[in-house]
Amino acid sequence: MEEKNVYQPYLMRIAAIIDETPDVKTFRLEFINEEEGKNFKFAAGQFGEYSVFGEGESTFCIASSPTREGYIECTFRKVGRVTKALASREIGDTVGFRGPYGNTFPIDQWKGKSLLFVTGGIALPPLRCVIWNALDLRDNFKDVTIVYGARSVNDLVYKHELEEWGKRGDVKLITTVDPGGETKDWKGEIGFVPTVLEKAAPSSANTIALLCGPPIMIKLTMPVLTKLGFSPDNIFTTLENRMKCGIGKCGRCNVGKYFVCKDGPVFTFAQVNQLPPEY
Amino acid sequence: MIDKKLLQKGSLDELVKKLKSGGTRVFAPVEKGGKVLFDEVDSAAAMARDYVQTTLSAKDVILPRCEEMMRFTTGQGTVTMEKAPDLPPPAVVLGVRPCDARSIAVVNAVYLKDYNDALYKSKIDNTTIVGISCAKCDEYCFCTSVNGSPGDTEGSDILLTEVDGGNYLAEIVTEKGKALAAMAPELFTAAGSEDKAKHLADVKVQFDLKAVEKKLPGVFDGEVWITQSLRCIGCGTCSYVCPACTCFDIQDETDGNRGVRLRCWDSCGFGQFTLHTSGHNPREVQSQRWRQRIMHKFSYQPDQLQVTGCVGCGRCSRACPVDMNILQHIKDIEAQ
Repeated sequence: MEEKNVYQPYLMRIAAIIDETPDVKTFRLEFINEEEGKNFKFAAGQFGEYSVFGEGESTFCIASSPTREGYIECTFRKVGRVTKALASREIGDTVGFRGPYGNTFPIDQWKGKSLLFVTGGIALPPLRCVIWNALDLRDNFKDVTIVYGARSVNDLVYKHELEEWGKRGDVKLITTVDPGGETKDWKGEIGFVPTVLEKAAPSSANTIALLCGPPIMIKLTMPVLTKLGFSPDNIFTTLENRMKCGIGKCGRCNVGKYFVCKDGPVFTFAQVNQLPPEY
Repeated sequence: MIDKKLLQKGSLDELVKKLKSGGTRVFAPVEKGGKVLFDEVDSAAAMARDYVQTTLSAKDVILPRCEEMMRFTTGQGTVTMEKAPDLPPPAVVLGVRPCDARSIAVVNAVYLKDYNDALYKSKIDNTTIVGISCAKCDEYCFCTSVNGSPGDTEGSDILLTEVDGGNYLAEIVTEKGKALAAMAPELFTAAGSEDKAKHLADVKVQFDLKAVEKKLPGVFDGEVWITQSLRCIGCGTCSYVCPACTCFDIQDETDGNRGVRLRCWDSCGFGQFTLHTSGHNPREVQSQRWRQRIMHKFSYQPDQLQVTGCVGCGRCSRACPVDMNILQHIKDIEAQ
């Protein structure tokens, strides 16, 4: 019996495409082989290698929730060779996916707690997986607060879902855009995420914070979370580094002795604070 | 208990011919344009004799520098995966230095731990290593500083040591080695009281490996990486000649609508190795990349995989175009 080639992707059919912004798209992917789809399991926080055959592979999180079975979704910005090729694919086309890889957000351990999501720009997709996972099991959690910012209204991803979360009575959603990024009919906040978070001042009592965004946002948001009373081991993030294999062999995504692909991508800030600045 | 036999001087050639006639591929060091490289041979006569170390190790046999991972055909929005090529016939690699044989443990640790890399496993399972002890060493060798020795049997299935009269003492180390010897039992005769030790090179211990391992985490932010790598030109040669380097890149290549996905050797010395698509690079400058090379081999791998990623073969120092000497650099770190 021949052993399975761990680099062999599943063949996936593009079932739906959403244009999030002029250069960001979301793909819904379904397994072409139904048996593979039935056996596929993942948990919030994991990622995969998405491929366009002939162009190569790219690493993104699984942006959909494990509670929604039968498909996975990914959201990506059109920027490099693979993502440009991916963006040119159409509904019905075949692409590759291998995974799920990496560790997960321990949401089973968060029952009875409140969740605070703080995120910016294209960093919402990895947290969107957790958000839907939590909302689909809404009774397990107390307050759910989402603070999400982008450079401009145009750069906000998942606009339909933001609208849906905004209408829900059991979610507190705060959206913001950088000064100058607003439109005439913008009803959200204007200002940077750390400032908006400080103003909103969500309680840290019995609360897990999930923080994901560009390095500058993280750097300026951490002091705010600390001020609000969050300890580093109650703040979770997901790191990214360039990867090829996703399974701890190709040797490039390590931060010190830890591989982002295998030991991460999910870390608490208590862990991140111990890492050398190699991410 | 390692079984010891004697292989007569002339028997090596008979062994090669016997293996070849059975369909086995035999690789051995041969001289090519002033270099000593592993290549397929038909007879032991082709083997290079007078060298301290081969220019490249035999890693290429088990981990090809460019290897097909899969092939596919693309159509109008469709993809068809094609059958993987058949595994090549079994290989015997003859004349592997004990340091190189020990490096297989490093490659195994990376490729077989957690996710079993079947591409690699099929090749290592299909390969028998016949090592050859070192009678000579040079100023670049430091196997004994990283727990090896010029007559170390670790990693070899059979280890040959040239003894008096040009005959070989054959230590049959593993089941694979036994199977190989069983293919030509008439060539492996009873060993006498050959003294292996007197035929081995004298490689002095130059640093305390445990002390270096212990020291490294504390010097992560030190100046030493800058001082040592100022002259590094980031050519990646050290990685390409290293028997224990395992990092790779994945690239697609196409010809019309047919394509292959390839795994190719890569190097942490290259700036693009860790470059994000956004332009951000966590290891932006050469000193950070040099630090990664040393930390990975002497700190991270011992910690995470319980292997030292350096076997003291000295190739990186011999090949470095700007004369960076890993032995000297490790000693300097030890002295920090």
